[in-house]
Amino acid sequence: MKTANTTHQPKLSQAVNSIEPSGIRRFFDLAASMDNIISLGVGEPDYSTPWNVREASIHSLERGLTAYTANAGLPELRKSISRYLLERFQLEYDAGNEVVVTVGASEGIDLALRSIVDPGDEVLVVEPCFVSYAPLVSLAGGTPVSVPTSIEADFMVEPDLLAEKVTDKTKAVMLSFPNNPTGAVMDNETMQRVAEVCIDHDLIVISDEIYAELSYDCDHQSVPILPGMHERTILISGFSKSFAMTGWRIGYVCAPPIYTEAMLKIHQYGMMCASTMAQYAALEALENGKDVMEEMIISYRQRRNYFVESLKESGLECHTPGGAFYAFPSIKKTGLTSAEFAEKLLIEERVAVVPGSVFGEGGEGHVRCSYAASMAQLEEATERIGRFVAKYLSGDVESR
Amino acid sequence: MDEKDVELLSIVEEQGRLSEDQLAKMIALPADEVTKRLRCLEKDNVILGYSALVDWSKTEKAEPVTAAIDVKVTPTRGRGFDEVAERIYRYHEVKALYLMSGTYDLSVVIEGESMSEIARFVSEKLSTLESVISTTTHFQLKRYKHDGFIFVDEDDQDPRMVVSP
Ligand SMILES: Cc1ncc(COP(=O)(O)O)c(C=O)c1O
Repeated sequence: MKTANTTHQPKLSQAVNSIEPSGIRRFFDLAASMDNIISLGVGEPDYSTPWNVREASIHSLERGLTAYTANAGLPELRKSISRYLLERFQLEYDAGNEVVVTVGASEGIDLALRSIVDPGDEVLVVEPCFVSYAPLVSLAGGTPVSVPTSIEADFMVEPDLLAEKVTDKTKAVMLSFPNNPTGAVMDNETMQRVAEVCIDHDLIVISDEIYAELSYDCDHQSVPILPGMHERTILISGFSKSFAMTGWRIGYVCAPPIYTEAMLKIHQYGMMCASTMAQYAALEALENGKDVMEEMIISYRQRRNYFVESLKESGLECHTPGGAFYAFPSIKKTGLTSAEFAEKLLIEERVAVVPGSVFGEGGEGHVRCSYAASMAQLEEATERIGRFVAKYLSGDVESR
Repeated sequence: MDEKDVELLSIVEEQGRLSEDQLAKMIALPADEVTKRLRCLEKDNVILGYSALVDWSKTEKAEPVTAAIDVKVTPTRGRGFDEVAERIYRYHEVKALYLMSGTYDLSVVIEGESMSEIARFVSEKLSTLESVISTTTHFQLKRYKHDGFIFVDEDDQDPRMVVSP
């Protein structure tokens, strides 16, 4: 029976109230309302998943493999991940108890943070970075502390600055190289010095290496391989970028058993297991998808070379991004903020890029441009960007 | 021939219309260097030509008829299959010719305006060659994929959201 005078008083948690929706969202709404735009705003590959991978997943459905899997994921997939990490990055993780298959790297990041953060803990977040890190630290009850990087240091972590930010509340550091949005990679020497800071202060390192394969100028060096780092590192990775599998929602975390067991508890209750058909797809990707991946890597590298050169010709300062599929040019000399630049570029030239400010401290003054687009689109986009930049540099714009 | 040449070839093999400036940036060489390399590769017949893949079924013009013909031949002493191959590939109608392993020797791909034109070619030109023992003609009914390109109209809209993290 309906009672007239009961009113519901919405009651949200303080934690969820304390975080903002992603700044990308607002920009997405604007871009999505416009036609005929060239989008360099996309954070995912421009390939569909390789056919053999899609086919393997279809086949798993035909065979009726639609049940839950073990919480940590299919044993054969975990073995395959373990073998792959050893072969490609010389990492040693036991498929039995050091690998957990997750719903994308995204879930992995959440699991890692929730399994280590207590209220009051500080987590150092190297920024600019993927938009989920700081909010997930907050949701886990911790306090995110930004460690900005800058174009002057090629967007690598500055070890001294990192050390300065450490307090007696600091529990962990979130790193991600190759980086979204800067495309930066860390050179071995800097990585070594960062590792030393982490060891000196006995910090946990959450290393999101989802772009590891997309490293164009040198072999990717994984964080846990450095002396003293394996025991303190939670490695996040997945299939979204390297195998063009964003929509499948499949990834993994690797760590010493003390951490994987903790993460598995949360995963077990919160998720049960990753999607079974996506797990079969991931297995096929690792077993038979590497040739296609190599071809995609070569093509990204060529487009990176082309795009960054063209951006420089269009008058923007840009460091050479060693990995991922983003360029992060400086737009400071146009006198616009990154949000103004992105909005005006969208409206005046119909090119979508993402304002650097949404990626945290150090992002202002830059825009993220994804070059996971066709050569024809990149050519047209850089031409438009060039025209746009020239207009603002010459002051030939109506007073704002 | 070095690594850069190989990279250049792999790119133009798939994307023959990129400008020399684009190619130069992609493989990180100066543009005039790329021009020089391309001219060399063309001169040495490493690059034999540039062409477009056309789906004639979408045009006013009648679609050409294509057939693959399996040909058994007697090789000639001293020159093996090359002599008869040469006599076949010189015909303008012959679009491709391969020496095959297996139950026949030569695979001839031929294009014509009609089936009867192709039938005439087979009976008058091909079968009458002295070393040809037999021919089996297969007409192509539909082109799904050719030279790496899919000829069936698929939904090629970019499924990605315009902006994402
Ligand atoms: C650095 C970084 N980590 C994680 C993710 C999310 O990956 P997944 O699709 O595996 O959840 C992204 C996606 O944009 C990313 O850029």
